[in-house]
Amino acid sequence: MSLAINDIHFGYGKVPLFRGLGATGLRRGTITAVVGPNGVGKSSLFRLIAGLRLPRRGSLSLDGTDLATLPQRRRHETVFFLSQHVAIRAALTVFDLVLLARKSGRGGRTTPDDLARVETILCELGIDHLSDRHVTDLSGGQQQLVATAQAFVREPQVLLLDEPTSALDLRRQLEVMELVRKVTIARNIVTLVALHDLSLASRFADRFLLLDSGVIVADGSPHEVLDGGAIEDAYGVGIHVERATTGTLMVDAYLRAS
Amino acid sequence: MARVLTGSRQPGMGLSMADLTMDGAGIRYRRRAARKVAIVAGALAVLLAALITDVAVGPGNFSLLQVLSAIVDPGSQGPKVDVIVWNVRLPVAVMAVLVGAMLGVAGAQMQTILNNPLADPFTLGISSAASFGAALAIGTGIGLVPFAGAFLVTANAFVFALATSIILFLFTRMRGVTIETFILVGIALFFTFNALLAFIQYQASETQLQQIIFWMMGSLARATWTKIAVCAGLLAVIVPICMRRSWMLTALTMGDDRAASLGIPVARLRLEMLACISLLASTAVAFVGTIGFIGLVGPHIARLLVGEDQRYFLPVSAASGAVILSVASTLSKAITPGIIYPIGIITALVGVPFFLSLVMSVRRENW
Repeated sequence: MSLAINDIHFGYGKVPLFRGLGATGLRRGTITAVVGPNGVGKSSLFRLIAGLRLPRRGSLSLDGTDLATLPQRRRHETVFFLSQHVAIRAALTVFDLVLLARKSGRGGRTTPDDLARVETILCELGIDHLSDRHVTDLSGGQQQLVATAQAFVREPQVLLLDEPTSALDLRRQLEVMELVRKVTIARNIVTLVALHDLSLASRFADRFLLLDSGVIVADGSPHEVLDGGAIEDAYGVGIHVERATTGTLMVDAYLRAS
Repeated sequence: MARVLTGSRQPGMGLSMADLTMDGAGIRYRRRAARKVAIVAGALAVLLAALITDVAVGPGNFSLLQVLSAIVDPGSQGPKVDVIVWNVRLPVAVMAVLVGAMLGVAGAQMQTILNNPLADPFTLGISSAASFGAALAIGTGIGLVPFAGAFLVTANAFVFALATSIILFLFTRMRGVTIETFILVGIALFFTFNALLAFIQYQASETQLQQIIFWMMGSLARATWTKIAVCAGLLAVIVPICMRRSWMLTALTMGDDRAASLGIPVARLRLEMLACISLLASTAVAFVGTIGFIGLVGPHIARLLVGEDQRYFLPVSAASGAVILSVASTLSKAITPGIIYPIGIITALVGVPFFLSLVMSVRRENW
C-alpha cells in the first residue's frame, strides 16, 4: 500500500527539469522528506503528483492505481498539495477559509459534520481562538497554520506539504510536524514534505528523497542520506551530522573553502 | 485504494460531532451566516425603497400614493399620470436598478477573477471601446451592424465593447498568460480606444462633439421597456450561473495554486466569468453610456458589509450597485427642478462621499 513515482520526465517549455525521476514504495503511514537545493523541482514534483501538471512521460500510482486514470475531482480528493506559503488578502474569516477547503471536496455543500471537522482541526492546531478573525489580520505564521488546517480538513490519501513550517516559530514548527506525524499514522496516509531544515526533516521523516539535476540522487533513511555525502554535493556545502542524546540527528552546515 | 476515511472516526483525531459546543466556532459561523442573510435582505429592502423614491420624484408633483396607485392599478389615476409613470419614470427607475445591478455583478466578478480589488468592468478598455464605437456612429455614421437604423449608436457601442472582451477572452486562452499580462493588454486596449476616440472628436463638428460627450456622460433617458427586458434577461441568466459557482469563486481569492489544489478548474472558471462580465458590461455601456464608478465601488461596499463569501458578496454587490444608481437617478432629477443631469456625473458625486464615509466607519484591511 504505497505511492510510486515511475520514471517521470517533465520540463517547462524546452527546459527539461526531470529526466527519469523515480521512487517507489512510499508507504502509507510514513512521512517522506523531499529535500534538495532551491529550484531543483520539489514543488514541481508535488504539482505533478497532485495532477496540476502533466508529466511528458512516466506515471504516478497509489496502491497500484495510476493516478492519471482517476476522474479529476476524485484525484483532488485523493491527493492534496499545500503550496508554499503566500499571503491571502481575502475578506474571509479563518473558519470560512478552512471550511472552503472542506466543502470543495463536496461540490460546495456544507454539512454539520463539516462544521465539526473544521472546529476539530482548528482546536488541534491551537488556532481555534482565531476562527472568527479575518485572515488579513493574521501574521504570516498564523496564516500558514490556517493553510495547514486546510490540508488536514481535506482528509486526503496523499498529503503533499511544501515548506509547511517556513513562517513558524520553533515551537509551532515542532507542533505542526508532530501533528503531521499523528495524522499520517492515524489515517494511514502517504505524506511528502518539502523541507529546507534538514534537522527538522530528519526528526520527523521516515525517509529522505534528495533531488538534484533532474533525478533522485539519494533515497533512504535520514541517517543513510545524511551520512552518504550526497547532501554535500547537492547543496555545495559541508555538513556535520551528530546524534543528540534524544536520538535526533543534528545537521550543522558550513561553507566549504573553494 | 479509495478508502474513504471520515476523520471523526479516526483514532487520535480529537473531537467529533458531539463535541460541537453551543458556543463553538461552528455555531458562531452559523450565526455569522444568518447575519449575512439578514444583510442581503436589508440591502434588497433599501433597494426597493430607493426604487419607489426614484419613481415618486420628478416634475409633475404627483403624490407618492398617486404614483403607487398608477403602478398597481393602471388607469386609476387618469391617463396623464399613467403616461408619466409608465412611459417616463418607471423605465428610467427600473433601468437604473438593473444597470446598477449589472455593473455591480460585473465589477464583483472582475475583481474576483483578476484577484485585484482595483479592477472594474471598464478597467480593461470595455468602456473606451464602447465610447469609440458610439463616437464612430455619431461622428462618421459608420456602423458595424447593418440595418441598425435608429439603434446605430447603441449597436456600435455594443459591438466594440463585446469585441474588446472577445480579444481579452482569446488572449486568456494563450499559454503562459498571467493575470498581470492580461491586465496590461486590457490597459493597452483602453489607451488605444481613447486615442481613436480623441481622433474622431478632433474631426467631429460642434454638434457631433456635443452628442459624443453627452453619450459618454451616461444617461438613463434612453431607457425603454425593450432594453429593460434585455437587461433583466441577462441578469436572470448570469446571476444563477455565478451563484452556482459561488464556492469556487470564493476559493479563487486564495490564489490559483491553492484553488487548483482544491480541484477547481481555474482557467475554465476565469473564462466563464469573463464571458459573463463581457455581456453585462457591454450591454450596460451600450444602453446607458459610461458609468464606470459603480463596478468598482459596489463590490467594495459588499466586501465591507459581508466579506468575500460569494454567496453573500455577489447579491450585495448587485444590490449596492443598484442602490447607488437608483439614488443617483433620483438626485439627477431633484437637484435642479426641471433639469435632468447626466447620470454619470451624479453617480460619482453621490457615490464617493457615501463610499468614503463607509470606509472610515468600517476600517478593515481588506484592500
